[in-house]
Amino acid sequence: MLSRTAENLYWLARYVERAEYLARTIDATLRVTALPAAYIGKTNEWDSALLTAGVATSFYQTYEEANERNVVDYLSFSADNPSSIRNCIEAARLNSRSVRTALTSEMWDTINSAWIELQEVWSKGTSTREDLAKFLRFVQETSLRFDGSAYRTMLRNDAYWFSRLGLHLERADNTARILDVKYHVLLPEEEHVGGPLDFYQWSSILRSVSALTAYHWVYRETLKPWLVADLLILNGTLPRSLASCYDNLTRNLDQIGVAYGRQGPAQRHARGIRNRLEHSNMNDIFQHGVHEFIQEFISDNSRLGEIITKQYLI
Amino acid sequence: MALAFDEMNIPGGDLRPAYQELARWLKETPPEALEYRRQEAELLFRRIGITFAVYGESESTERLIPFDVIPRIMSGKEWTLLEKGLKQRVRALNMFLRDIYHGRDILRAGIVPEDLIFQNPVFRPEMNGQQVPHDVYVHIAGIDIIRVDAEDFIVLEDNARTPSGVSYMLENREIMMRLFPDLFARHRVAPVERYPDELLSALRSVAPNSASGEPTVALLTPGVYNSAYYEHSFLADKLGIELVEGRDLIVKNNEVFMRTTEGVKRVDVIYRRVDDDYLDPLTFRPDSALGVPGLMSAYAAGNITLANAVGTGIADDKAIYSYMPEIVKFYLGEEPILKNVQTWRCREPKDLAYVLDHLGDLVVKEVHGSGGYGMLIGPAATKATIEAFREKLKREPEGFIAQPTLALSTCPTCTASGLAPRHVDLRPFVLTGSKTTTIVPGGLTRVALKEGSLVVNSSQGGGTKDTWILDE
Repeated sequence: MLSRTAENLYWLARYVERAEYLARTIDATLRVTALPAAYIGKTNEWDSALLTAGVATSFYQTYEEANERNVVDYLSFSADNPSSIRNCIEAARLNSRSVRTALTSEMWDTINSAWIELQEVWSKGTSTREDLAKFLRFVQETSLRFDGSAYRTMLRNDAYWFSRLGLHLERADNTARILDVKYHVLLPEEEHVGGPLDFYQWSSILRSVSALTAYHWVYRETLKPWLVADLLILNGTLPRSLASCYDNLTRNLDQIGVAYGRQGPAQRHARGIRNRLEHSNMNDIFQHGVHEFIQEFISDNSRLGEIITKQYLI
Repeated sequence: MALAFDEMNIPGGDLRPAYQELARWLKETPPEALEYRRQEAELLFRRIGITFAVYGESESTERLIPFDVIPRIMSGKEWTLLEKGLKQRVRALNMFLRDIYHGRDILRAGIVPEDLIFQNPVFRPEMNGQQVPHDVYVHIAGIDIIRVDAEDFIVLEDNARTPSGVSYMLENREIMMRLFPDLFARHRVAPVERYPDELLSALRSVAPNSASGEPTVALLTPGVYNSAYYEHSFLADKLGIELVEGRDLIVKNNEVFMRTTEGVKRVDVIYRRVDDDYLDPLTFRPDSALGVPGLMSAYAAGNITLANAVGTGIADDKAIYSYMPEIVKFYLGEEPILKNVQTWRCREPKDLAYVLDHLGDLVVKEVHGSGGYGMLIGPAATKATIEAFREKLKREPEGFIAQPTLALSTCPTCTASGLAPRHVDLRPFVLTGSKTTTIVPGGLTRVALKEGSLVVNSSQGGGTKDTWILDE
């Protein structure tokens, strides 16, 4: 297939995934900030929402204060923020138009309808909490619909695999970023187990990757920080964990390799990351430093993006 | 202006035979049902994303071309005549182009004035003496046809560069069949859906000799911001070929390749929807980012077929248009089956004088304009507009031609106040391959939705209709 087509499919999936992640982040932050101050401590949750979205620097160039109104607006609707939800959907639609021939009609319809709704219903942003909740639900449903229609209607060929690569790479990046910003509340030395303050922090992390219920199913335990970290980093059964993302990334890259009869640096690099995740345990990671581990992962992951681009997309 | 030819009603109250069944059906169908279907059609178009961009408005503007649900119907007999005329006309266009870029017999015979060719900006000296595969220049032609009476078909304009609109012909039919299955059941409508197949075989048939047995065809688009982008992606999809942009192609050793995820792959035929000027920055506009550097040298080396060929603009130029009847006679020795609109060439002093005297009655067009931009419709213009145009015309008479205001034929059309006649034209698409010329029965009917308006261009408030050729 055309390199540009593969590139568009890859970015299309990334944009949709990113939009959903931003919606979840806002949603989780709204929940935490709705609690009385005693439960959440002194941290500015809106500030950390900006950090997990990776847009704190650019935000402060326009705004003075990270409060609900400013952050929601910046993450959701701002035209100046290149990765606001609005811009993600705009970019996804533009990518879709460029590769319409490679999309199934269900996928196109999902993105096109979302884009139409964005213009017709959400062009002025949201004014009430209720509206905002509706908007966030709309974004998450768009992503679910897109993902579902890709899964159910696409041929299992390179077009599908490139789209999945974008999705899992973005997802791994998002999960890693939350961990990067919140790692300090996961550190075991501050073991006041079940203290109200951290409890809400942990549940907020889990919520932003839709893993709160999963946690209880997997561990059958009250929330414990190292288990939260274990779930998000190493547990292969959680679709948003780093391990699971890399299971998928190596599989999709292998499928491409087999179809094209050729392996390359992307396959090797992805396998390397996956092996490291497979042979790690939480003890080692904590001893080594969670923060260092995550930072290294983020840079390895974005390196994979560059290698894929060089090998296939240009 | 004479009373327009009504394609449905015969003066005196009778119906033309092709419309009898439709008239019966319309009588049985309540207006609300029509309105409901009309809304449904619009929703479908929007969801599929059949939009076009209007130049001059902001880039994000995407508009729907209004679709009128009442079909425009022609009898099989009428079509047979039209088809014959179209084939004749396109054959002559191809022979004219071959001649202009080679022997130039027609210039020596004094039939077309030389300066009209050599001083024409759309003439491409790069094409002089260049062999194009199978001598086909115009693979895809869109000939704009109007009617003023029951007998004749008149060519309003030949489109021999990158004519668009065929996706509407196909999608309009698709949507009509979805919305009005009962109406189809009562007619025998010739199908149009084989157009993509015909187009693909025509394109494959003109592959260069150096191509492999299974030539690779690609459609070259200027990209998503082009007004016809939807059509480009639609056609690529229906043909099963890659939709490429300039940056997807590279030229190596005078061969054209596309960049794929598995390395580069040779391309043999490019159905290009990019204008000549933007095709190759090394030959034409150096600032073009839409083209492919080196494409013209691969073309000269005979390793790539461009459809349509480079330089076809000289055949559909409005100044050349007026010579078409003579051109047909010159190459084919036949009387032209399709008529021309009477045309005054403002470059000729006698014609200019006439035009200046009758500006209020004439339509004056820029020789190089398209899309209905920059033209004067005398009877509809204000005094001030006419005077401003007069100055333009005097300054640069060779840039204009003039024609009488024609009463384009009318068809029944849905309007806010019920069914009413509206003016229409027709663009059938003529495909020329190495051996055969084919025309799918039908075309794009454009309709001027405003009462009394004669401008059918989508950029200026025109709509479209499904065009039915009855299979009798």
